Amino acid sequence: MAVITFLEAIKQAMFEEMAADPSVVLIGEDVGVYGGAFKTSEGLLEKFGWERVIDTPISESAIIGAACGMSYLGLRPIAEMQFIDFIVCAFNQITNFVAKGHYLWNAPAPMVIRGPSGGGVHGGPFHSANPEMYFVHTPGLKVVYPSTPYDAKGLLKASIRDNNPVLFFEHKFLYRRLKEEIPAGDYTVPLGKAVVRRAGRHLTILSYAAMMHTSLEAAEALAKEGIDAEVIDLRTLLPLDEETILQSVKKTNKCLVVHEDTKTGGIAGEITALLCEKAFLELDGPVLRVTSLDTPVPYAPTLEAAFLPSARKVFAAAKELARY
Amino acid sequence: MPAIESRRKGKLTRQQYLDLYYYMRLNREVEETMTRLFRQNKIVGGLYSSLGQEAISVGTAYALEKRDWMAPMIRNIGALLVKGVPPRDIFTQHMAKYTSPTKGRDGTSHFGDLENLHIVSPISMLGDLIPVMTGAAMGGRYLGQKIVTMTWIGDGGSSTGVFHEGLNLAASQRAPFVLILENNQWAYSTPVRRQVPLENLADRAKAYGIASYIVDGNDVAEVYSTAKEAVERARAGEGPILIEAKTFRRHGHAQHDPAEYIPKEQREFWEKRDPISLCEAFLLKEKLLDANGKKEMEAKLTSLLEKEREFAENSPMPPEETVHGGIYCSGDECHKIRAKWERPIAEMMPPKSSVEPVWTVEGFGQGKRSAGKNSPIHFGDVQTEHKTQQPKGRAVKKSEKKPAMKSAKKGGR
Repeated sequence: MAVITFLEAIKQAMFEEMAADPSVVLIGEDVGVYGGAFKTSEGLLEKFGWERVIDTPISESAIIGAACGMSYLGLRPIAEMQFIDFIVCAFNQITNFVAKGHYLWNAPAPMVIRGPSGGGVHGGPFHSANPEMYFVHTPGLKVVYPSTPYDAKGLLKASIRDNNPVLFFEHKFLYRRLKEEIPAGDYTVPLGKAVVRRAGRHLTILSYAAMMHTSLEAAEALAKEGIDAEVIDLRTLLPLDEETILQSVKKTNKCLVVHEDTKTGGIAGEITALLCEKAFLELDGPVLRVTSLDTPVPYAPTLEAAFLPSARKVFAAAKELARY
Repeated sequence: MPAIESRRKGKLTRQQYLDLYYYMRLNREVEETMTRLFRQNKIVGGLYSSLGQEAISVGTAYALEKRDWMAPMIRNIGALLVKGVPPRDIFTQHMAKYTSPTKGRDGTSHFGDLENLHIVSPISMLGDLIPVMTGAAMGGRYLGQKIVTMTWIGDGGSSTGVFHEGLNLAASQRAPFVLILENNQWAYSTPVRRQVPLENLADRAKAYGIASYIVDGNDVAEVYSTAKEAVERARAGEGPILIEAKTFRRHGHAQHDPAEYIPKEQREFWEKRDPISLCEAFLLKEKLLDANGKKEMEAKLTSLLEKEREFAENSPMPPEETVHGGIYCSGDECHKIRAKWERPIAEMMPPKSSVEPVWTVEGFGQGKRSAGKNSPIHFGDVQTEHKTQQPKGRAVKKSEKKPAMKSAKKGGR
């Protein structure tokens, strides 16, 4: 057992998978000599060499395309986006080429696309994105967004071993702020499975990534007011763990979805539709959403704070929901 | 009419000439069969013609070995045939039949075969195959397979962003990759001179510091010889190579397009330079083929295509319920993904894989975590055998003779 940061968990997952399997390679901008913009791949080049840790030109489409081509030869490439914001530069390559191959022509692409995402660190409009929903809308991809070091390591290992293209979002706010004791040795966390972080009776809060912690903070405050919230960490957004969601909501009869992504077209809307279809008669109140505002991520700390969800906003929404 | 025979005679064996001729005929007759099917409303979507461009698909793919990888574009039916795809696959794909390689999930040349034929399926967005085949080349090299990868792009597709990203990555990685730029002079209705302010699209190679060739795309022997040389140079580690094949798209963009925007003179010029007629005249003149041999070949083609067409026509459409499933690979029972190593795995594993710094540069490494002037600087070429070699393959090399293109160049609107 050792206490490690979220960032260290990512590094360990890559290191261990590369050490165990020579078909795992890392490709991206500044991942080699520099060790990655956030140092997530520090030391990998020295250990695994130039052929397995590949520094590329600034060409996101080429990075994704090349990773896909390598995967066709039976390799398991990890493609790093220096900031996940830049993933949209490779949008066509991911959504049209990588995602559709297995359904259309029986070509699996075992690859991971990973990178630092999310706001709260004053990165401004082009270094703070949560672009997960562009890809959740694309059949053929898997989308993973962990919230703890334990999950980050276990889910990244599972993603590397998965035979499908997995988009793996790493919330950079958590990179160095979050530490956790994790077991020594190999373990994985299965994709497509949500987890109950806090059991409760009165309402369900669904969340993921950094907002999971915001939701837990709010749940503690709610507990002091006698509201017992169940907090669920979605962990994988595609495929979504409908079973865990429905099980919880059928118990609490109330649901609040919290995400850092903007409101319109966020996964909260999708979950609301799911609950209407499959648990309508079990709901005692409306499904509420606490999300970022429908604007670009603003730069100034005051504006960004106004833009992002907060424990206070989650608390207020949950209080409102509890009245039903 | 350019004398293809005089320059190339003796370089190819009789069998090679006959193969090239056969596959061009097969290419054309597969497409003619599909045109008939299209007129009978039996083709589900669009039909794209490579009439007059057969020498490029056939000649370039014929330069590949079985172990090599390729990704065709929409007009590369000939390349599929050369690589070993049976005509029925092409018919059933276009007819969206359940027996097609994609079981009706996609049409046209949009299918592939990772396991046996090493074919990657194209998508309709142009240029995406360039980084993908670059990655396949890098992957093959990493596994020690000594493969070459090849894809095609048109004059139109050479203006996409991903063409640049892909070819630049290929060049910076010195990937064993050959890109065939089929300049058929028209991107749908836009003439090449309105797309690119270059006389020769092969000049794009200069921007990446890679070798390039220009060939007469209607001369199958020249296309093959050039492609063969390029494939072997790439295999030898000289890095990616671009071949511009000058040709002409004799039909419209697809069946629906009468291509009235194309000047009559340009069409007439190229119709006189039909690649199959040129090759056939040469074979007959050189007595590599006689009237009997030709008749036999034609009978073989007719009976093959008859059989293949009938198979396709008699195949069912996919049952509705097969729309489900297959979004994800479910694991080993779906696909056993195993890299085929042709080098010792120990080379890729620590401690053997670890990197020794190879340079120390005075004046580098002044940062506070640095070891000062003795800081190691890594030098990042991926292949050890190229580490110290200034690549001679990066010099732009062109074949000495350019094809006669003069009247064609008046083609712009």
